[in-house]
Amino acid sequence: MLEAILLTIATAATPLLLAAIGELVAERSGVLNLGVEGMMIMGAVAAFAVAYTTGNPWLGALAGALAGVSFSLLFGLLTLTLATNQVASGLALTILGLGASGMLGESFVGLPGVKLEAVSIPVLSDLPLVGRLLFGQDPFFYLSILLGIGVWWFLFRSRAGLELRSVGANHASAHALGLKVIRVRYLAVMFGGLCAGLAGAQLTLVYTPQWVENMSAGRGWIALALVVFASWRPGRIVVGAYLFGAVSIGQLHAQALGIGLPSQLLSALPYLATIAVLVLISRDRRATLMNTPASLGQPFVPDR
Amino acid sequence: MIRIEVTRRPQPSRLLSAFSPLIALGLTIIAGSIMFMALGKNPVAALYSYFVEPLTEVWSLHELAIKAAPLILIAVGLSVCYRANVWNIGAEGQFTFGAIFGSALPVLLPGFQGPLVLPLMLLCGVVGGMAWAFIPAVLKVRFGTNEILTSLMLVYVAGLFLDWLVRGPWRSPEGFNFPETIRFHEDAVLPAIWFASGRAHWGFVFAIVAAVAVWFLLERTLKGFEIRMMGQSPRAARFAGFSSGKVVFFALLLSGGLAGLAGISEVSGAIGQLRPVISPGYGFAAIIVAFLGRLNPLGIIAAGLVLALSYLGGEAAQISLGISDKAARVFQGLLLFFVLASDTLIHYRVRLMRTVKAGGGDA
Repeated sequence: MLEAILLTIATAATPLLLAAIGELVAERSGVLNLGVEGMMIMGAVAAFAVAYTTGNPWLGALAGALAGVSFSLLFGLLTLTLATNQVASGLALTILGLGASGMLGESFVGLPGVKLEAVSIPVLSDLPLVGRLLFGQDPFFYLSILLGIGVWWFLFRSRAGLELRSVGANHASAHALGLKVIRVRYLAVMFGGLCAGLAGAQLTLVYTPQWVENMSAGRGWIALALVVFASWRPGRIVVGAYLFGAVSIGQLHAQALGIGLPSQLLSALPYLATIAVLVLISRDRRATLMNTPASLGQPFVPDR
Repeated sequence: MIRIEVTRRPQPSRLLSAFSPLIALGLTIIAGSIMFMALGKNPVAALYSYFVEPLTEVWSLHELAIKAAPLILIAVGLSVCYRANVWNIGAEGQFTFGAIFGSALPVLLPGFQGPLVLPLMLLCGVVGGMAWAFIPAVLKVRFGTNEILTSLMLVYVAGLFLDWLVRGPWRSPEGFNFPETIRFHEDAVLPAIWFASGRAHWGFVFAIVAAVAVWFLLERTLKGFEIRMMGQSPRAARFAGFSSGKVVFFALLLSGGLAGLAGISEVSGAIGQLRPVISPGYGFAAIIVAFLGRLNPLGIIAAGLVLALSYLGGEAAQISLGISDKAARVFQGLLLFFVLASDTLIHYRVRLMRTVKAGGGDA
């Protein structure tokens, strides 16, 4: 029973973790992309459509990733090349994504999806207690954990990561030092799109293998909140994603048990928890200011 | 290789500042035509049923006013927020909460009738919207919590609260178990402006009045100056003795109140009862309206009509050409994209450059 619950928590946490880790990299480079929800839902619909048509969930995952990346390029074109307001452009991406996915997915509503099955790692998955939990999961789970570790290593142990962080901390100085600010940011935004697209693909290939309009249900926004909650640190993102996974699974179990509370109140818990967590973390203004990438959200146009 | 190069203009271009929304509309129409062709539809016929057909009949002009009213009301409030650099994106939730608060009177006290009912309902609607916007405001001012995320999260909470009300305590006993409240009695219904020709209600008048009033506030009063200054240069505004906290409260409460008024006007004037879904995304479409109107309340009147037209056109094109009504939302998203891109032209010169590699080899 406990193992089953923990497994579902991991499944609920994985899309949050994937999307948040991608957004973390984008924000560390100084770009605030509020379009996570839009990129995620495009990834979800693309993954479903391709997996359903070809019968191959791996191709679906690839399509989800590509949809996320191409949507993020649209955002890059606006905010990085044309130096538009990042907040407004991110909202545009979300609005466009929700609309376009609704239209593209219309013919797939109610169809049975293709599930990307769990891949058990031989020997390790037979370990007592943690075996199935850590080594008997779906590929998205492994990928999310690897990305969490990989991004930590990249940001804090590699030269390219240092450059990315300096672009986010002060783009004028980074430019003066000869770093390609716009190029670095494009790559970071594309990585964010890739991760958000994969997060969406996880929803339609693993979490609930079907297509429902607006099925991301605010997960992209929760991922954005996770980045703030984590103070832009990869390790804390993992913790935060699993906390939120636990809240959303917990409320589902509470609904199933029928504990006297209205189901709507329980459904609202993840959103209320997001607000509570944001308030708790932002109360310490000093720490927040210290961790926030200083150029976050500011457009950069090099002087020529 | 061809690349896009952007250089800052010495001064914002006045000409483009006036024309950028039109450029954006033109680009949206081009992109939309391509989309229709990709769907295998005749783009001319599709554009006609989107943007012309709804304007040819009196009843659909009334529908246009009904749809434009909430869009304009909400967007006018958002323009104040965005000018002040306060990013309220939860207007949909404030709309819902205004609708709930305002409906409490006719739903809970159906026996209370008379000419006082409607003004009280509208007042409650405004208060409800303000109350919902007060939460992100107080969290931002008191704790520095990001208002983008809190206001958005509250949209989901408001929607679930409405859902609970209409399925639970407020469900109509005569409604055959449908999730809806009782229908409002006559005194609780916002009347039509001009009964003889159609059902457009007073919400549209509220929208126009609000737009003109907020335009006056922003352009002609000290408060408006304070708001604009806080948005453009918060440091200078603080040196001038303006309080950023007060501006945050003012902007969020004003926009929340207007969204709440939009909510109760829609429920009382157009729907006549509460249901689980009372808005086709007005709170989000109003963000597009605000930017298309260049954050100017008078421009927002025109922009609100354009977006309302896209809703109506979506329905018309679905009936006459079998184009999915979801296409309207794609249109709206594209429009915001092109609006933002065109606004770049005001402050920057955009040129297509050919990059020539040093060393002379062909690149």
